[in-house]
Amino acid sequence: MTAQTEQLPPAIAVQGLRRVYPVKPKPVTALDGIDLEVAPGEFFGLLGPNGAGKTTLIKILTTLLLPSEGKASIFGFDVATEAAKIRRIMNMVAGGEQSGYGILTVREQLWMFSQFYGLGSREGWRRVDELLDAVGLGDQRLQRVSTLSTGQRQKMNMARGLLNDPWILFLDEPTLGLDVSAARAVREMVLAWKGAVPGRTVLLTTHYMAEADELCERIAIVDHGKILAIGTPSELKRRVQRESVLRLEVNRLDGGPAVLARLPGVVSAALAADNVEAGTGAQRVAVNLVLRDDSALTGVMAALGAAGSRVLGLRTSEPTLEDVFVELVGRGFADEADAEAVDDAATETADHDAEHHPER
Amino acid sequence: MNTLFPTRETTADPRTDADWTGRRAFETNLRALVGRAYPRVRGLGREPSWIFFEILLPFLGTSAFVLVYRALQAPEAYVGFVVLGGAMSAFWLNVVWMMAGQLYWEKSQGNLELYFAAPMSLMAVLLGMAAGGLFMSGTRSLAILLISTALFGVQFHLTDWALAVPVFLLTMTALYGLGMMLASLFLLWGREAFHLTNLAIEPVYFISGLNFPVARLGALGAVAIATIPFAVGLDALRQLAFPGMPGLAGTPSPQVEALILVAMTVVFLVASQRLIRVIERMARSRGSLSIRWQ
Ligand SMILES: Nc1ncnc2c1ncn2[C@@H]1O[C@H](COP(=O)(O)OP(=O)(O)O)[C@@H](O)[C@H]1O
Ligand SMILES: [Mg+2]
Repeated sequence: MTAQTEQLPPAIAVQGLRRVYPVKPKPVTALDGIDLEVAPGEFFGLLGPNGAGKTTLIKILTTLLLPSEGKASIFGFDVATEAAKIRRIMNMVAGGEQSGYGILTVREQLWMFSQFYGLGSREGWRRVDELLDAVGLGDQRLQRVSTLSTGQRQKMNMARGLLNDPWILFLDEPTLGLDVSAARAVREMVLAWKGAVPGRTVLLTTHYMAEADELCERIAIVDHGKILAIGTPSELKRRVQRESVLRLEVNRLDGGPAVLARLPGVVSAALAADNVEAGTGAQRVAVNLVLRDDSALTGVMAALGAAGSRVLGLRTSEPTLEDVFVELVGRGFADEADAEAVDDAATETADHDAEHHPER
Repeated sequence: MNTLFPTRETTADPRTDADWTGRRAFETNLRALVGRAYPRVRGLGREPSWIFFEILLPFLGTSAFVLVYRALQAPEAYVGFVVLGGAMSAFWLNVVWMMAGQLYWEKSQGNLELYFAAPMSLMAVLLGMAAGGLFMSGTRSLAILLISTALFGVQFHLTDWALAVPVFLLTMTALYGLGMMLASLFLLWGREAFHLTNLAIEPVYFISGLNFPVARLGALGAVAIATIPFAVGLDALRQLAFPGMPGLAGTPSPQVEALILVAMTVVFLVASQRLIRVIERMARSRGSLSIRWQ
């Protein structure tokens, strides 16, 4: 964070937020008391299974939905009463977004959106061309939107979301349904764009653990409309397992593992069970190390260096976010096939109407 | 600085960037209007099949009536009435078929959310749709008019251009104002509204006097003139294009009809604006801006 961004109000401030959808037969509580603060310039993630309330929260923050209770603001602007101001400094992109008109070319469609965001006509064309190159769609610029592949389509959607260079960008599962390389392209794009100017803030929802881990500086794990845990990825992982476990392989270890066990921050050090030749004189010695935290590793390395041991391998067996999630929620992400099926049905109905439309 | 992502000029404070002058907000709405009209204008030549539906089909309908009138040896003016009706019906079709369902369609595509989230008014979007539709139907209408005039040898006796031009423009504002209002209503009502339009389309054509002077319908015609912009606009244009022809007597003068069109325009535009506000409020409290929620 720079000196400038420190004086800004929080990019996102949420207090006691609840949202109930008044549907029959029984109202659905999508958000059930959310408190959250995201600093300007932060890359923040909401990680949770389908139905957790992620999209609902994004819709409230993007002024598309009102809170049932509680307050939320974007850079100090209230989402309920100052929507117009928020809309001038934010943008949003969702996974699987089918926005726009298939009859237009990629370039034309983006220009159209640039006009909605208030760019001048010529500035709009220029900006569109720059962004098309930046997202790697330069070759598709004159192609009709309806002919794009899923990955290309999402790159175009990302370009749309960046047209107005928002202060805050909301990404709702932006890599949903993309293949590995397209998903990676989208992630790199977001990081590059965000890194270009301090203060740019991103709120990303995902149900891919690795994505949250890779991109986000802080993550909130949500389920059933509640935040279960919040912190940096490594903080979250530490919640599940307070110590980090490492497997260290060296060429020799004079004095045995006891030398390491005495170092500060080392909880325990023991020869691994699978050492071929147990003993300190072997060619390859494997030691299981348990450290209070990663920082103790520096001392271990210094001690090894001083003792003339060469490190041949070091592997962590830190928990993944998946472990964190399972511990917090009591189930994994796998149990959701049903929810996906419902989604597909909804999408089909929507597509049906499009058949009769000349701008399709 | 990152070279991959060129950036636009922003200030160092989002609060400054969010603080727009009234002029900037207005300009953005104007640009949004043009932006939303753009796909219609661009798409014009890209879907040849629409030429078939929107020029050939109305033209066939018109031709059928022309042949019937000729067979019955009706006054020649009736051929002109039919041709004018056919040409004007391109606008009417555009309003009831496309504009009315437009916002609903945008919602199912996910566009509506993006429109709401953009720093513009939804009125700008509606006006843009109207402008685009008007342009598109204008070309269809002109084509029908030119083809049938040449083919059936229609003689127009238009003398009062100073009244005809404003009457035409007012017919358009009233028609598309109605389209904007219907678009908002359809969004509120959803699918049911489509079935209703389907049912209403033929009767409305009939009482609007698509193929004969609406005056022939007596009281029913008077009701049409008071309520349906297509009916009143068409009748006024017929009176101006074929002054004093038999069959036209019995409806208000074109001047009075122009005033009716002004009133309709105002009512429809104000109603659409109100409806848009209702829609936004309802959508934000109910969560009904999009069909797909996951
Ligand atoms: N418009 C809506 N009407 C009724 N229920 C909804 C609506 N949108 C979401 N929900 C419900 O609210 C809950 C949270 O949904 P959502 O915010 O979409 O979660 P996520 O994005 O984490 O999958 C779910 O139970 C969902 O079915
Ligand atoms: Mg979601």
